[in-house]
Amino acid sequence: MTAEAVAIETVRRRRSAFRFAAAPLTWIGAALIALIIVAALLAPWIAPYDPLEQSIADRLMPPSAEHLLGTDSFGRDVLSRLIHAARISLAVGVLSIALAMVAGCAIGITAGWIGGWFDSLVMGALDVLMSFPSLLLGLMVVAMLGPSLEHLVLAIAITELAPFARVARAPTLALKERDFIEAGRALGLSELRIIVVHVVPNLLGDVVVVASLWLATAIRTEASLSFIGLGVKPPTPTWGGMLREGFETILDAPWLSVAPSLAILATVLALNMIGDGLRDAVDPRLRRD
Amino acid sequence: MTEPVLAIRNLAVEFRSRDGWLPAVRGIDLDLAPNETLALVGESGSGKSLTALAIMGLVPGPAGRIAAGSSIRFEGEELVGASEKALDAVRGNRIAMIFQEPMTALNPTMTVGAQIAEAIRVHRGLGRDAAWRESERLLDLVKVPSRRRRMHDYPHQFSGGMRQRVMIAIALACRPRVLLADEPTTALDVTIQAQVLGLLEDLKREHGLAVLFITHNLGVVALIADRVAVMYAGEIVESGRVEAIFAAPKHPYTLGLLGSTLRIDRDIEALQPIPGSVPAPGALGRGCAFAPRCPRAVSRCETEPPPLEAVAPGRLVRCWMPA
Amino acid sequence: MLGFLLRRIALAIPTLLAVMTAVFVLARVVPGDPAQVILGDQATAEALAALRQRLGVDRPLPAQYVDFLSGILRGDLGTSMVTGKSVWAEVLAVLPYTIELTLAAILLGILFGVPLGVLAATRHNRLPDALTRVLSLAGLSFPAFVSAVLLLLVFAIELRWFPVISNPRSGDLLERLQHLALPALNLGLIMTAYITRVTRSSVLGVLGEDYIRTARAKGIGRRAVLWRHALRNALIPVATVIGLYLGTMIGNSVLTEIVFNRPGLGKLILGALNQRDYTLLQGLMVIFAGFIVLANVATDLAYGLIDPRVRAR
Repeated sequence: MTAEAVAIETVRRRRSAFRFAAAPLTWIGAALIALIIVAALLAPWIAPYDPLEQSIADRLMPPSAEHLLGTDSFGRDVLSRLIHAARISLAVGVLSIALAMVAGCAIGITAGWIGGWFDSLVMGALDVLMSFPSLLLGLMVVAMLGPSLEHLVLAIAITELAPFARVARAPTLALKERDFIEAGRALGLSELRIIVVHVVPNLLGDVVVVASLWLATAIRTEASLSFIGLGVKPPTPTWGGMLREGFETILDAPWLSVAPSLAILATVLALNMIGDGLRDAVDPRLRRD
Repeated sequence: MTEPVLAIRNLAVEFRSRDGWLPAVRGIDLDLAPNETLALVGESGSGKSLTALAIMGLVPGPAGRIAAGSSIRFEGEELVGASEKALDAVRGNRIAMIFQEPMTALNPTMTVGAQIAEAIRVHRGLGRDAAWRESERLLDLVKVPSRRRRMHDYPHQFSGGMRQRVMIAIALACRPRVLLADEPTTALDVTIQAQVLGLLEDLKREHGLAVLFITHNLGVVALIADRVAVMYAGEIVESGRVEAIFAAPKHPYTLGLLGSTLRIDRDIEALQPIPGSVPAPGALGRGCAFAPRCPRAVSRCETEPPPLEAVAPGRLVRCWMPA
Repeated sequence: MLGFLLRRIALAIPTLLAVMTAVFVLARVVPGDPAQVILGDQATAEALAALRQRLGVDRPLPAQYVDFLSGILRGDLGTSMVTGKSVWAEVLAVLPYTIELTLAAILLGILFGVPLGVLAATRHNRLPDALTRVLSLAGLSFPAFVSAVLLLLVFAIELRWFPVISNPRSGDLLERLQHLALPALNLGLIMTAYITRVTRSSVLGVLGEDYIRTARAKGIGRRAVLWRHALRNALIPVATVIGLYLGTMIGNSVLTEIVFNRPGLGKLILGALNQRDYTLLQGLMVIFAGFIVLANVATDLAYGLIDPRVRAR
């Protein structure tokens, strides 16, 4: 690259870094997510009604001062259900990502550490896994295991193993050959100890970025599975489940469909805004699309 | 000297940064006559490629621009500030350019024949068939063997030397008056390099081309150039006839480039004859840009920029302490 | 080109085998006893045993595996437990509707996405770029069923421009298009968002290439350089994204078909889930898996058509 090109490139890069720092989208996303998390944590105290309390007399009421977002076909308060459902969505999202992170990293590190044909085999299998759309894979797993919270978490975690395994493998391969690893071996440290002490801390940064990027997908998959009827069982409120129930009465009570729709959209969009900013700022290797 | 076909006065190219517009090329004056080869010499970052891009009107925007007060006259016509349409009529037609990297300078998804014919059709208004026949003739001219078949090949099926021949064929497609060659042989190995240089020399003589040859290889300069202009940090620091400069360099920078090389067929980049590197556009001091690296620098050099002055007929040097 | 085609198909065979094995593991090994899953906790031992025999899951796993693979090789995916029709018959009955929907969505995505992406790239860091960025991010955030419900609410229920239930079997061409419009728009919007983003970054990358500068140096105008030189090269990654997205699109078309109550693979899979039609589900998995592998092959072939360098390899 000529110096002119370097100069131009430097100018461009500075401007893009500047754009991230100032990017209003990233901050809007962060604020929105913070709001949703706080609402989820404080759900029992801020929700105006019990999300499970039914009242036949009050069924399918449009939004009013009493019920800000109206009531559903069992007379339950939609706003209260919406707030409580945030807990499930966030919990399933975070738990499945955490599971995918631990299992994926373990697979990636093992493949990279052992190397050779084992590595090729594992990475080949993960490529196949990755070519499957999250929703279909999740759907297959839950359909076979039966719907429950644990199976949901497990299914979503399986759909998101591959990116973690990949991001954990590359640095493991690079670190394996380094001097301090050899030195550790010479000192008689166990392989596991070397990995935990030297390899894991080196991956942490990348892994956290991947986790933040895939959280949006996890939450979207959860909502989609719940909408199909493969989510957490009723009457526990989830956004996907609420939309599924609301959809049955969409002609009489459209607000039942609108409220959970907007909640899902806001959460996924906010997470994507943060992820987009992070990705632009941190590393083009971690692109999802 | 005959009437110049290309006359550059006070050319400056600048780039936008956080601290405002920084000059990467400053106060360049150059004349180029028909049937003449002028070598523009300097390290990476000296601004020589950017000078050529400025002549083509291809300074990469919007981060870069030609500064106000610059003038580039081609056959009497002012190119600075000309419309894109007017420039498109000149580019590839009356002024052509070949680039350093034959591996990446050709479109990978277009056949070689189509890439040559494109310029012919745009500028000479020939139909598809006529342009194709003309392209075949050009491939012949640049000595690409079995041209009929190769017209339908894609660039990746060509070797580096053959690609550079294709680039030359594209450049010559419309019989230009001026050819800008930006390190056209740097990426090629030595034998291929000699073949391509010989080809360029023949074509120049046959067509009466004016060639601006950008290089950092002094051996190439000795071989093909009539005149030399040495650039440093965006300025010309010395210019003159090639024999005169090689015999007695005046500027300490030129001296460094030549003096440290016992054999002139060496590459400046490979040798790094002078410790240090070209300062970035934003890091220039008040005085002479070369002063920090200069073995002859005195206190005046640090505070006052030297002017480009004639030391002999046709010989210009920018230095307070010329050799 | 033929050699390239054959090589690529040969390469797909081990992948296909791996995927089919994965489906087998998922369908036969993971659930434990499928008969129990189907009949529930209250089933009698006799009923369970009878069902096990009918499903062929009472035999040892390796034998089942061989049965499964040889069935696929013979093109036999079994019969639906509920309707008694073959899985193929069930699939072929609705496949045209899903293909119609998918193609319409891809068409919309290319039609809107490519020009928008090019616009954003050529106006890099200016208003059109910023707008497309925000809009495509929003498009990518919509779960397919959320956008479907909102489209349905606005255009079918409130404005009444389109039918609430999309029936692809109805009437003349115009009527069919009307029924197709909303579902296709729903998938097409998401597709557009994807294609816009990829086209933008791809065109931006290509515009910085040396050969673009060469074309400009030939005196080719900005616009002609964009369409003749940049776009063809920029479309290579776009083709990949369309290919990769085909898988996701199946998932999204499942959701879309449910919302618009439109027959297709999505409704078929939902019906199989609700009725615990275990054999139909398994057959659908095989078909989906095969389709995804085939989509990947098709993507590589598209590569070869656009990029002469790939063909040579």
